[in-house]
Parts: sequence; C-alpha cells; structure tokens
Amino acid sequence: MKVKVISRSTDEFTRERSQDLQRVFRNFDPNLRPQEKAIEYVRALNAAKLEKIFARPFIGAMDGHIDAVSCMAKNPNYLKGIFSGSMDGDIRLWDMASRRTVCQFPGHQGAVRGLAASTDGHTLVSCGTDCTVRLWNVPVATIVESDDSSNCTAEPLAVYSGNNAFWDVDHQWDGELFATAGAQVDIWNHNRSQPINSFEWGTDTVISVRFNPGEPNLLATSASDRSITLYDLRVSSPARKLIMRTKTNSIAWNPMEPMNFTAANEDCNCYSYDARKLDEAKCVHKDHVSAVMDIDFSPTGREFVTGSYDRTVRIFQYNGGHSREIYHTKRMQRVFCVKFSCDASYIISGSDDTNLRLWKAKASEQLGVLLPRERKRHEYHEAVKNRYKHLPEVKRIVRHRHLPKPIYKAASLRRTMTEAEGGKKKEGKLIVLQEVLPLNHYVKEESSKKLSELWHYQLL
Amino acid sequence: MGVKQDNADPGQILPPIEQELSNELDPKLKKYLRGEGTNLEVLKDKKLKSQLSVREELYGISAKAAAKAEEWLMPSEGGYLEVEGIEKPWRINQHSISSEINISSLKNQHDIIIPDLGPYTLDFNSSGRYMAVAGRKGHLAVLDMKNMSLIKEMQVRETVRDIVFLHNELFFAAAQKKYPYIYNRDGIELHCLKEHGSVLRLQFLKSHFLLASINKFGQLHYQDVTMGEMIGNIRTGLGRSDVMQVNPFNGVVALGHSGGTVSMWKPTSAAPLVKMLCHPGPVSAMAFHPNGHLMATSGKERKIKIWDVRKFEVLQTIPGHARALDFSQKGLLAAGNGSFVQIFGDLSESQHYSRYMGHSMVKGYQIGKVLFRPYEDVLVLGHSMGWSSILIPGSGEPNFDTWVANPYETSKQRREKEVRSLLDKLPSETIMLNPSKIGTMRPVNKKEKQTKQEIAAEMEAAVEAVKDTAFKNKTKGRNKASKRAKKRKELIERVKRPLLERQLKEDEKLAKKPKISEKENALPTALQRFASKKATA
Repeated sequence: MKVKVISRSTDEFTRERSQDLQRVFRNFDPNLRPQEKAIEYVRALNAAKLEKIFARPFIGAMDGHIDAVSCMAKNPNYLKGIFSGSMDGDIRLWDMASRRTVCQFPGHQGAVRGLAASTDGHTLVSCGTDCTVRLWNVPVATIVESDDSSNCTAEPLAVYSGNNAFWDVDHQWDGELFATAGAQVDIWNHNRSQPINSFEWGTDTVISVRFNPGEPNLLATSASDRSITLYDLRVSSPARKLIMRTKTNSIAWNPMEPMNFTAANEDCNCYSYDARKLDEAKCVHKDHVSAVMDIDFSPTGREFVTGSYDRTVRIFQYNGGHSREIYHTKRMQRVFCVKFSCDASYIISGSDDTNLRLWKAKASEQLGVLLPRERKRHEYHEAVKNRYKHLPEVKRIVRHRHLPKPIYKAASLRRTMTEAEGGKKKEGKLIVLQEVLPLNHYVKEESSKKLSELWHYQLL
Repeated sequence: MGVKQDNADPGQILPPIEQELSNELDPKLKKYLRGEGTNLEVLKDKKLKSQLSVREELYGISAKAAAKAEEWLMPSEGGYLEVEGIEKPWRINQHSISSEINISSLKNQHDIIIPDLGPYTLDFNSSGRYMAVAGRKGHLAVLDMKNMSLIKEMQVRETVRDIVFLHNELFFAAAQKKYPYIYNRDGIELHCLKEHGSVLRLQFLKSHFLLASINKFGQLHYQDVTMGEMIGNIRTGLGRSDVMQVNPFNGVVALGHSGGTVSMWKPTSAAPLVKMLCHPGPVSAMAFHPNGHLMATSGKERKIKIWDVRKFEVLQTIPGHARALDFSQKGLLAAGNGSFVQIFGDLSESQHYSRYMGHSMVKGYQIGKVLFRPYEDVLVLGHSMGWSSILIPGSGEPNFDTWVANPYETSKQRREKEVRSLLDKLPSETIMLNPSKIGTMRPVNKKEKQTKQEIAAEMEAAVEAVKDTAFKNKTKGRNKASKRAKKRKELIERVKRPLLERQLKEDEKLAKKPKISEKENALPTALQRFASKKATA
C-alpha cells in the first residue's frame, strides 16, 4: 500500500531572512476563485470611480501676453518649448515645465497670424496682418539652460514684406520651404525675400495652410470660399478642391496615416477625409456647439484635440464620432489655438483671455516615473474597465462629464433640432469635385465650358 | 475555440516528449479557458470580428500559460492512496496509514476528548490554519492548527449551537442560546446581534461579507458585517430547519426542511429562488461541492442523494444514513453517521461516487459535524465527546494561491488582505443562481419599443390609407363644401386617435418613473454623481 499525505515544510514556504521578500505562490485554478465575474465587475466600478476622483487635467496657465493668443507653434526638436503669438504682435517662447517665458520676439506691428518652426528647430517663421513675414533665430542655448531670471529678446533674421496681410504660415517637413496663406498661397525659401512660387484658385483669401508630414510636397489649404484645396509643389498646380457648406478654420494631417487629414469647420463639426478620395468624409466628429477654431493631432495619430469658439477644448479619437474628453474652465474664454505636445501627454490651449493653458491629455494620469507595480495596477484598471464599460452603472460613471450650463443647453438644443429633422438623415452637403487640368493648358473661354462639363453634384 | 493547436501544421514534427506534453496539456487547458469561445463566423462587422479574434487568441495564450504553470511550477503534490492486490481501500484504517506516512503529518491524527462540555461543532478559516471550536455547553475555543496551540478559550455559560469565523481568524460569531454574539480573537465580546433571535445555524458568505443565520422560527437573516446593516430579513414560512449550507460558487444559501424540500435563498427577495423536493422525509444534512455543480443531501429514509444543481436532477443515490455531510476541495464526500464516518470519492472521474475510506470511532461517540480542512489532507469530526482529526489522503488541494488563502500568512499580509477583500466586497445583488451571467446581454424583449420614426411612419400610413375615401354625393343642398371638409377631418382624427392614445399612455408611464430620491439630492454636489436610483454597493 502506498500512501502520501500533503506535507509542507515551513522553510519552503516562508522567507529565510527578514530582509528577503515574502514568498508568493500562485495557483490559477478557477475553482479556487468563485464569482470571478462579480469581483471583476466590482473592480471595474471602483476603477471608474477612482478615475473620476483622480481626474485633474489642468496643470497650469502661462500668462504674460497682453492680448488674445492667436497662434502657437511646436518646436519639433525640443519637447519643453512652445511658441505663441498674440493679437498685438508679441511672440514668446515658453518653457512649459516652469511655465515662464524664455525668450521674446518683438517686431510685428499687427496681429501675429501664423507661427511655424523649421524642422531642425533653429528657425522660427512668423507672419502677421502687417503684411510681413519674419524669420527668427531660436536661441537654443537659453532653452537648454532654462535660467529663470534671464529673459532674452531676439532680433529677426529677416523681414520679408508682401502686398497683403498674411493669414497663416506652415513650414515644410524636412525641407527648406515654407508656405504662407493670404490673398494666395505663396511658397518661400528661407533665403529669398520674394516667394519662389504662388498658387491661386479663385479670388478668396486662403486662411490656413498645412504641409503633409509624410509627403513633403503636398499641402492642404482652406479658403474663405468654404473650400479645401490640395496643392502639389512638384506639379506646381492645384490638385484637388473640395467645397463644403461652411468654411474650414483649420486643417491637421494625421502624422501616422499621412493620407488622412481632419478639417475643423465653422459648423461645429470636424470632418476627416482621405486625401485620395475626397468625395466622402471618412468620419464626422460632432460634439462642439460652436465653431471649431483649431485642431491638432497627437503624435500617436490616434487622437486629436480641438479648440472651439464655445470656450471648450475637446479630445476626439481619430475614428470616433464623439469626443472622449472635454476641458473647460470659467476663466478660459474663446479658444483660438490648441496644440498636442510632442510626447502625447499634454495639451496646450491658447485663448482669448491672453493665457496659454497646459492640460493633461489623459485627465487621471499619474505623472512622473511610475513604479512597475503602479504601472501594472493602472493597466489592470484600464483593462477591467474596458471589459465592463458597456454595463449601465460603469458606463454612467465613465461617461459623466460636467458641462457648463450654456454648453449643455446648446447641445440639447442641437440634439432636438437634429431629431426633429428626421433623426439619422445625413445633412445634404453639396460637394463639388473638379478635376483641373494644369494651368498652362487653360484657355480662358474654353475653361468656362470645361468647368460646366466637369461639375457634378453629389449629395452625401 | 480560441486555442491554437501546437501541432496544427502536419509538416512540423515535434520531438516525442513535446508531443506527449502538448497532448497532456489539452484537457488541462479546458479548465482555464472557462467555456467555449465565441462563434466568429456569424459576425458581419469586420472591425468587431478582428477585435474579437485578437482577444480570443489572447485568451488561448493565457490559458496555455496557466496550464504550463500548473504542470511545472506547483511546489506541492497531492496526496494519494494506492492499494495493491486484493486490498480494498475502505478496509484501511488510520492506524495502518500512520505507519506509512512521514512523522510531521502524524500530528494531524489526534483525538481531543472533552467529555462534559457537549457535542462539538467547528469551523475553519479560509486558509485552514485556524479552527474555532464550540461545545454545546458553552465552551468556545480558537486554535492554531499549524503549531497545535490554543489561542483563546472561554466559557460563555450558555448553550452554543453553532460557530463560524468571519472574514479573518480575528473574528468569530457564536450562536448562543438567545442571540448570536461576535467575539474577538482575544475573547472580547464585540457585538450582540439581537435582531437574529435564537439562531440554530450560522453561515458566512466570504465575498459578500454577509452573516446568514436561520433561527428557531424559520426566519433567515442576512447581516452585512462591515457596516452592520441588516440586508435581508426573510420569513421562510417553511418551519424550523437546522440544516443550512452556503453554495460557495454563487453565494446562495440553501436550507433543508422537515418536509424533504431544499430551498435556496438570496437576500434581496422574499421568495426562494428554488424549491426542490429531495427526500420523502426530513432532510438531515446537506453539502455543496466547491465548484458549485454538485450537491449532496441525506434524508431520514437512509438515502444520500447527489444532485446536479444546474439541472436539478439526481445523479446518484447512495444507501446509508448521514447526519453530517461535507465535500472536500478535491471532491471527496464525507458522510458521518453515529460513530462511523464514510468517505466517498469519484475515483474514475466519471462523477460516480464510490466508497473510498472509512473510520469508526469509539461506540457511543455521536458525530455531529464533519469538516474537511482546506489545503490539507485532514478531516476533522466534531462529536459528542470532543473532536477528532483523521488523515484522508487526496482530499485537500496541495497548492494554495497566496492571494486567495495563505496558510503561512503574517500579520501584515493579513491586514493587507483584509483591506483588499473589503475593496472587492460584492454587493448583495450579485447573489444569483448563475453568477457567470454578470456582464452578458439580457435577452431581447419580444415587444420592442417603437422608435419615434416608426410611430410617425405608422401614423402617416394610417392617414394615407383613409385620405382618399370618397364620400357619397349628397343632394338637395346637403352637400356643402364646409361639411364635406369637416367630415374628412373627423375621419382622419378618428384614425389617428388610437395611436395618439397609446403614445400618451407611454408618456405617462415614463413620467411616473421614480426620480432620484430626496436623500440623494441632499448630498453635497461633489458626491451626487455617485448617487443612483438603485443601490450599487
């Protein structure tokens, strides 16, 4: 007869010295764990509640400007710095960690409308309503030192003047060219005082311009005739034009999928398009209640931030129809520009009340270096919350956001209006697609005939 | 299924050892997969299909890792009893075992004889290290079974009918003559639970922190021991019953009654979940298998029945008396009767229980309670003259999980575990017959609510149908245009009226729904988001 009984020796199961860690033994048998799903559900509820408790997205405000902040630019080589330009011509370089001005770039006489940093981070291009484009040398040494007391001012490298006010500027990715938007789209080189190329389609002002991150010769512009136009520098002619119902205030290309761009429109929505197929929007992002003023993608390409005239900043998923997060403060007035920081953790918003505000991209994120245990616990909470996020109690807590009363009322008004119009019927949007032959082939009389042949209407 | 076979590619030839291993792992994998994978073929949504297939693959990988860990990383091995030749296992007694096993396990074979203090009942804490013992004549004691030391004993000078540990070994509840009391490990009386009355049996639901009791009048009480709130107070209406067990799988309390019925209860409802007729006579004992599928009941007509609790049908009937029943962690069933205890086991994995071992005590000792010790191959019998501990090889789970129950717990670990288990405390609404239904979709209502569009469409269709009815042309001046228009209008309204009435009724029902109560409105604004119409925790 062979008999064996469970016998455990204490030495094997307890620690040897008091400086050792306690021993942990695992047995993953589901029979030892009754009611697993109920426990997971309780943990999901607790995780959702904890997320709300720790949700403090606002980090700080950077004040110093004396007029509304009209535009911002990121320095691609330096995470801590951000440029901002205001309506009185003041351009500043900020250190986000200490939230102080590092350098000032005085010179513009009117409002600064556009700022762009070159890819190597040494040059800053600015344009304004005083019909000038100015190039500045970014003092790298001062940024690196980030000395609190010093506040340098820089002299412009060059001042180029044009005939009309400029509305926007963008620098080519990995190139020497930059484009300005004004009466027409101008392509400049750093060293030339006149634009080396000009594009024009129609007679309306071009209000924003963006270079494609993946294809350095492609750029998208939006004009005040409610159109979005794509230009190709190599062909030196406009490539595609898309006319919408309302004007587009800003465009942003998806850095991870460079064929897609998202347009921030005046009718409170953002429209994502595939640049190869402009006849239909890939996604409509609806949540704002007033004109969307600015849009910027996160470097991960998975979400984007929008700032709107309704005093809120919203974060959307790149393919989501509704926002996942909204930030608002009593003191933040109309938001004119937003930027996603280059490490995808922070959002900077510049608004009418002369402040730049720094927010966290994930409101309940724990900043700083996390211990491995903390990181695991955060990941577990995320995972268990995602598993049960469709259940009503958990969904209610996760979805809950406090909205300011005017926005809440405006949003419910919009909802009742769209419901009254017949629910899910999409808006009839007039999209005109026009394939244009290269300009040099155009003859004026023929052109009108050709245009009428090529116009075709499409209702979405 | 979300499992990728190791040898799916016929061209790939594994070395023979690995082949054997992968074959061995497959049945173990089933345990960790926790059910069938979803059928992805019926999905039309490509995005959802790809997301789900990724997830199913992850489940497969984690189940495989768990099966491998079970195969290689477990520190202890289970006990066994193998007989040779013509020996029968049920003829082997404790004395013959004791000469074959190692000396350190011999301390688990003992008899404690305390003749004057009445029949003893006992309870273990979740790790099996501590035992609480209560004699009918008022003797309460808490012992540390690892060191075989007495932690605290006291005499309460009243009849004590039952004793249970609460979530820790620090607290235990004793059902005394008039009311149950909660005591500290140091013997300090912490609470006197007057609402329960004269309790016959106590049970503690570990994950819900609920103390359930059945009293002389057949009333079932559920008390939350964290806040002291009485969650449920149910008049069973089925008379006095002193057979009460908790199903560890779903937290349901089962009572055995003198009419032979077994009823199952949850704290939030006044009617039992299930009432099943088990025996022609009174139910004398009951036990649940830890996996929640099997239940053993014994009746006064000398039959022990093993039930499948999911389908409520008898799997097996074993002849014999049993005044006390218990299942071990590995599925062995102990039936105590008189001074003899019989242990049954399903040795051939076919869910058929056959005789495994037996033990008889001195004649005259009446066994009142049998309890297997968790994580050890030990069975403790509480009888009229004290208690005895015997060895049953193969009854306990050899490998414990430190995060679930740790027999080698230090006081710091115990404190941390208490806080974590309080955070994971389940609300009493999660007690249901099938707890895996949490998180699944509710079946669709047969009568689907119409959307606004459908209602509008219905109304339009009705009006269209009636619009063009031709009216008879009246003569002699009775065919006025205004009268015709009025008639047409009335006809359309008559058609619309039933639909509008239905809409009105539904709106009324919606308006009558209970709003958030006053109490929750009185909360400060920061906490109002956590107030809800139903209690959640």
